[in-house]
Amino acid sequence: MLRVPLWAAIVVTAALAAGAVHAQAAPAIRWGGDAEGGAPYVEADAQDPKRVVGLDVDVAELIAKELGRPAEFVQIAFTSLDQSAARGDFEIALDGIEDSAARRASLAVTMPYYEFREVLTVRAADAMRFRSLADLRGHRVATLGGTTAYELLLAGEREQGIEPISYDDDVHPYEDLLNGRVDAVLLDNVIAERSMRRMPGLVTQPDAAAVGHYVGILAPAQTALRDRVDGILRQAMIDGRLETILRRWLVWNDDQPKLHARLLAAGEGTPAAAAVELPRSVWTMTWQYIPSLLTAAGLTLALSCLSMALAVCLGSAIAIGRVYGHRVLRAVLTAYVEVMRGTPILLQLFVIYYGLAPVVRLPAFAAALIGLGLNYAAYESEIYRGALEAVARGQLEAARVLGFTKWQALRLVRAPQAFRFALAPMTNDFVAMLKDSSLVSVLTVMELTKQTQIFATNLGSWVVPGALCAALYLAMSLPLAHAARRLEARWKVPEAS
Amino acid sequence: MSTVLDVRSVHVRRGTRDVLRGVSFAVARGQIVALMGLSGSGKSTLLRSIAALDPFEGGEISVGDVVLKPNVQRPSGADPLRRQVGMVFQFHHLFEHLSAIDNVCLAPLHVQHASPGETRARASVLLEQLGVGHRAAARPRDLSGGEAQRVAIARALAMDPPLLLLDEPTASLDPARRHSLGESLAQLAASGRALLVTSHDDDFVRSFATEVVILADGNVAERGEPRAVLSAPKHDATKALLRGET
Repeated sequence: MLRVPLWAAIVVTAALAAGAVHAQAAPAIRWGGDAEGGAPYVEADAQDPKRVVGLDVDVAELIAKELGRPAEFVQIAFTSLDQSAARGDFEIALDGIEDSAARRASLAVTMPYYEFREVLTVRAADAMRFRSLADLRGHRVATLGGTTAYELLLAGEREQGIEPISYDDDVHPYEDLLNGRVDAVLLDNVIAERSMRRMPGLVTQPDAAAVGHYVGILAPAQTALRDRVDGILRQAMIDGRLETILRRWLVWNDDQPKLHARLLAAGEGTPAAAAVELPRSVWTMTWQYIPSLLTAAGLTLALSCLSMALAVCLGSAIAIGRVYGHRVLRAVLTAYVEVMRGTPILLQLFVIYYGLAPVVRLPAFAAALIGLGLNYAAYESEIYRGALEAVARGQLEAARVLGFTKWQALRLVRAPQAFRFALAPMTNDFVAMLKDSSLVSVLTVMELTKQTQIFATNLGSWVVPGALCAALYLAMSLPLAHAARRLEARWKVPEAS
Repeated sequence: MSTVLDVRSVHVRRGTRDVLRGVSFAVARGQIVALMGLSGSGKSTLLRSIAALDPFEGGEISVGDVVLKPNVQRPSGADPLRRQVGMVFQFHHLFEHLSAIDNVCLAPLHVQHASPGETRARASVLLEQLGVGHRAAARPRDLSGGEAQRVAIARALAMDPPLLLLDEPTASLDPARRHSLGESLAQLAASGRALLVTSHDDDFVRSFATEVVILADGNVAERGEPRAVLSAPKHDATKALLRGET
């Protein structure tokens, strides 16, 4: 047996205990952000994609260092940061998050650490024509959904007659500006400047449509941590460390020293949100959002009906081709069905909208309609093929003996009977289509789920928007299910004789 | 007596089995010929070959002025054969999605392009004559076996074919209905049609057929006037049939 001197055992045990105590005292501070298209705030490091870099990463590390804790990044979709903060998925989120009355009402919000301007970017050729939102009546203006800029565009829709287009990220608006799908982009100067560096041919107008601030957000109960973070930010403003970070990411400008001076002069406490918007009650906001929710529901319904019509026509053609067609045609159609069923619909939508843009620049609604229609056609064709093959052979023999051609037998006997077999699964698919149509928000189509998400983000709660959204979807799908049940009862498929 | 159907040395092979090995017989206007035989004797196969649903391997079949050759798959649609022969399937195969009268009207409307009014009137008369006029609006699933069969006969007659093939028309009927069906078929024959009927029912054949053809081992075992053949059976297959074997 190995003899360990007593003193050595005591030293090791004490060291382990101290280590444990130390680890308990300083767990990592979990901070949230979205690394997807998040430059210059938070983005994956090109050298090591497992790491993140960006100005908010540096701010987070500054805060972590001052708190004496290591920083641990948590990936959260940008539009979910508020809900995740409230849930406690992390302690603080830092990702170019705008100060707003809604955020202050539902979360603990730090003092601002950056002042940005909402600026209008246009194609160089339009620089003289589109100087402000007022010049853009009847034109499509893009921005990132759920932001102050989007609120400004909604106000612009009411007051100046512009058409707001909401995107899920801040890169595609500028791409679509260049290729002509939109005529202007309203976003933070930080994003606008970065995009202009990446894409020549864009011009940003000098006048700001509004001024806003980036803040950190925490769960409402975390006011103590928030106050400590405020102290750290204040100290970093005084000793120039914040300036160093902002300069490093090329976002330092004349607005920042003024902001810092104002904040330091104001002393303790967090100043009120910039007056971009007025605080509104849940019910006023709900009332204001109802028309846009109804419009979005209408769009969802129209898109679903048209896409389903396309899917039914194309699906029937595919099914008939697979049942009656030549061997080569059957192979081609089978390949189509397998590709459409075997790849994600989101990928298909992206390919149709962005991938094909250099060849054919489809409007968002048309791309959504075609994307959903082509995808569902594959599923419909399988239903119809099965239904056609389920029609008893005797029915076709009876038609043949009576002298019908193959196409007459299909049109007059086989298809009408197959339709009854297909009705129930078709209804299922239509209800699924109503819901899957929410995927097309990635193509900037403002359907019901996207509109609800924007509503919820601006309201700072999902309860009322979620309930309204669910009610609208049910109002569309329940009558459909009811009608299908009635039709099925009327055309009930008899027992096999 | 003018011959409508002439079956000459018809040979049918299914897989490795010779189902028919040279069967010959004829059916003339006004005749009801009954095809009898044990299961697997090739009655239904022969009917399907005459209706050109399945090809045959040897011999020749004339239906009216149309001659069917071996190993030929006839095209669907515009085929002069279809004006010559109507068929009533054992399980009727009425179009499930259409009412009785629409079943009767469908072919005249779309194959003969007859006027809708006239077609409907004729269909009503046919259903009336076959005793199912009151069921004109019913769906096939709501018809009894006997009613469905009469609608199927009306559907075949709507195209006015000189030759009518009926596969086991008595199989699903009770004795009273068999008799009533036999009377209807006799009327059709009397009006100048040729009828070829497969059956297991020797009473029915005795009462209504003008000739019986017994098939066994792929050949015509015996044939003749039904009462004569069935009262003094010569062939083992005929005897087996009369014992009630199927």
